[in-house]
Amino acid sequence: MELVNEQTQKKVVVSMRGIVKKFPGVLANDAVDFELIEGEVHALLGENGAGKSTLMNILAGLYRPEAGTISIRGKAVSFNSPKDAIQAGIGMVHQHFMLVPSQSVTENILLGLDEPRFRLRLREYEQKVVELGERFGLHVDPRAKVWQLSVGEQQRVEILKMLYRGAQVLIMDEPTAVLAPTEIEDLFKTLHSMAAEDQSIIFISHKLQEVLEISDRVTVLRRGKVTASGIPLINTTRAELARLMVDREVLFRLEKKAVEAGDKVLEVQDIRAENDRGLPALREMSLNVRAGEIVGLAGVAGNGQRELAEVITGLRKITGGKILVHGEDLTNKPVKTGIRRGISHIPEDRTHVGTAGNLSITDNTIMKNYNQPPIGQRWVVNAVLANKYAEDLQKAYDIVVPSIKTPVRLLSGGNLQRVILAREISSQPSLLVAVQPTRGLDVGAIEGVQRLLLAQREAGAAILLISEELEELLSLSDRIYVIYEGKIMGEVLDGDIEKIGMMMTGTPMKDIEARGSK
Amino acid sequence: MTESSLKPIRRLQLPFQIHVEQRLEDVPRWFPVLISFGAIVVALILGGIIIVIAGGDPFATYIHIARASFGSLGVFSDTLVKATPLIFVGLACALAFKMRLWNIGAEGQFFMGAWGASLVVLLPILPSETPQWLFILVMLVVGMVCGAIWGFIPGFLKAKLQVNEIITTLMMNYIAVSWVNYFIFAVWTEGGFQMSRMFPKNAWLPRLSDLAESMPIFRGLTTHSGLLLALVAAGVVWFILFRSQWGYEIRLLGDNRDAARYAGISVARNTIFVMMLSGALAGLAGMSEISGVVHRLQGAISPGYGFTGIIVAWLAKLNPAAVIVVSILFGALILAGREIQPSGIPKMIQGCILVCLIASDFLLRYRVYITRRIQE
Repeated sequence: MELVNEQTQKKVVVSMRGIVKKFPGVLANDAVDFELIEGEVHALLGENGAGKSTLMNILAGLYRPEAGTISIRGKAVSFNSPKDAIQAGIGMVHQHFMLVPSQSVTENILLGLDEPRFRLRLREYEQKVVELGERFGLHVDPRAKVWQLSVGEQQRVEILKMLYRGAQVLIMDEPTAVLAPTEIEDLFKTLHSMAAEDQSIIFISHKLQEVLEISDRVTVLRRGKVTASGIPLINTTRAELARLMVDREVLFRLEKKAVEAGDKVLEVQDIRAENDRGLPALREMSLNVRAGEIVGLAGVAGNGQRELAEVITGLRKITGGKILVHGEDLTNKPVKTGIRRGISHIPEDRTHVGTAGNLSITDNTIMKNYNQPPIGQRWVVNAVLANKYAEDLQKAYDIVVPSIKTPVRLLSGGNLQRVILAREISSQPSLLVAVQPTRGLDVGAIEGVQRLLLAQREAGAAILLISEELEELLSLSDRIYVIYEGKIMGEVLDGDIEKIGMMMTGTPMKDIEARGSK
Repeated sequence: MTESSLKPIRRLQLPFQIHVEQRLEDVPRWFPVLISFGAIVVALILGGIIIVIAGGDPFATYIHIARASFGSLGVFSDTLVKATPLIFVGLACALAFKMRLWNIGAEGQFFMGAWGASLVVLLPILPSETPQWLFILVMLVVGMVCGAIWGFIPGFLKAKLQVNEIITTLMMNYIAVSWVNYFIFAVWTEGGFQMSRMFPKNAWLPRLSDLAESMPIFRGLTTHSGLLLALVAAGVVWFILFRSQWGYEIRLLGDNRDAARYAGISVARNTIFVMMLSGALAGLAGMSEISGVVHRLQGAISPGYGFTGIIVAWLAKLNPAAVIVVSILFGALILAGREIQPSGIPKMIQGCILVCLIASDFLLRYRVYITRRIQE
């Protein structure tokens, strides 16, 4: 018995009813309903932490819901693993690709399948991959090794992998986050051609513009609840969607006091550096940050932001140029020197760089001052003082945990970020390098983090804020630099979005000005 | 298009299904203890089955094992003698493993420690009439230094050239054993036998039986003061790991190298120092065995203590206090095992305990659900 959607008279492919999923301290999905019909691109919109990925991970068989039912084409199902889901025709393309870099495209696509059984008749299967690719406009060389492919091509391989397994429902988890603008266009073309062949696509995103551009219908989630269920996009406005996504009518205005910028704290002069693969990541770029100002660095992910943060904090060697902090040359000095000179660093990767998961809150909060008095005495760590320090920070920064002995891997993203902020800010830094400090946090937590950054600015710290959220950069920064392929395209003082957008796609400031004066 | 090429996988249909999910909450403190206890019970049941198959009586066997290792003061003392080197090597491995340095060269470091201690007597560094305290002190230091050198080499190679320490420490075991063999065959051989001459009495670690004149209860007890050293070493390692700045660095490096780098901690320096201390601890085991039990340098001084140390450290979850307990249990198993059969069944029981304990870890990290299958 197949269900039919009343409005569109099309077949219902997926129907999720009353899905509940709890995580410690969070109700990630609170009685969520979701319906997908054949041949549509259905956007799942919501802020970070609204429960979009959780809902889709349930549909893809990664999590089990505590309550609720899922039916595929009218048939009740219960998935125990992603394998069950893919057999029911549901495939998910995750944000982080699950490919084997040293193997070819075809090998990756065949990985884990029952056929070919014994002899890898690769040539034969390569042909199949090409045919499948041509059908949906997914062009990729089947013999290329995955590590040779660009991010966009790797994503195509992931999609092909799912199509090859017979997926009729494709879940794309924030697919555009890693793509360049031209690659996004290609992806959208592919998604449209797939929808035209009666494939159904779920498009997870928190970016309004993209959702309006690509999808037919949208379901909006806010803090685990559905605020709009499968509404057609044709008669919806951007403002309406924004209101459904964020539960406040007006975006809060941060109170930004006037602070007179002081001396130059950080000066980066013509630096060059390589990324992990040994390719140039920073190409002769310069910038400066003065005391009492927040300087934003805008740019599409992967244009050298991470490398810049690592270079300033001493985690990465530079191959040319100079880094001055308070006029002192800190070029290629060890991390420890930077910490002693008052450089704090909120790293992009909270779990892999910012914290040690199996160690306690205490151990994580003393990471930067375990060898400084009063906590570090001669060669001993004063456990009593360390615990007291952690308790004080826990209270001051509102970290919600049962005890300071809890390993931090059990903390939610927001709490984990508060642990890092507590540690990095309580040392009263003179220079704070903050990379994506609000990513993945809920609205309340974002506001908390932004207030903390502003408080540091008022306290006279120099702050370099690296973010992909333009809105955040605009509301917090005094000046904004734009980075593109490891070079600074220009500096914006008045928050001109148009200029920033052009520079983010590679047009230098001087070209924009030249064009403007014509 | 590809539906035809994908055959549905036939699966066993049970009315219930087992589902495993990662634990997201911390388990209560008593839970790991309970799980470990349960694992040992399961292991003993499995061991019992093996004994039955071999034609024995499991209950009688287990009672015999318990008697042969804990039954009287005398056998308990022997158990402690076996446990002493295990504590040292267990600590050596626990320390290195805490930083996720896989030092599996404790066996070689043990041999080098024994060789170093022998050097003091046999070279000789000290004349044979040296007072006992000085003799033992110098043997301790030289034994530790030799072990530390054996740890330094792979540590240095790892830190500077990223050479895999698993391979180097493993291979250096063979070098150490052959090195000792060379000396007992060629240099220090006594009358053509593959052993050195007996050490003078003042190079022996004092035993409990030495006190028998004033306290008759200690008569015939072989437990030597190496045990005391081992307990002190456990205390020191605990203090280093959980109270010192260095230990904090080790724990941070062990849990997350990138976070440690981010906190300004040098990976290379710590790699070298931790490998050296680990080697020194294993060297101490060799010294204590030579000076406390064997009293001469010979080939068969270790039935693989260094490798058992890896197991001890792992079962003790890298906790120095637990290393002591696990070492005593293993000492008992080694001793009592020999009572019932030279090889074979006792090793199988040991293996069962090991596999069950390690497998039980799974229950600490995952939650297991049994749910009813939805009718299709």
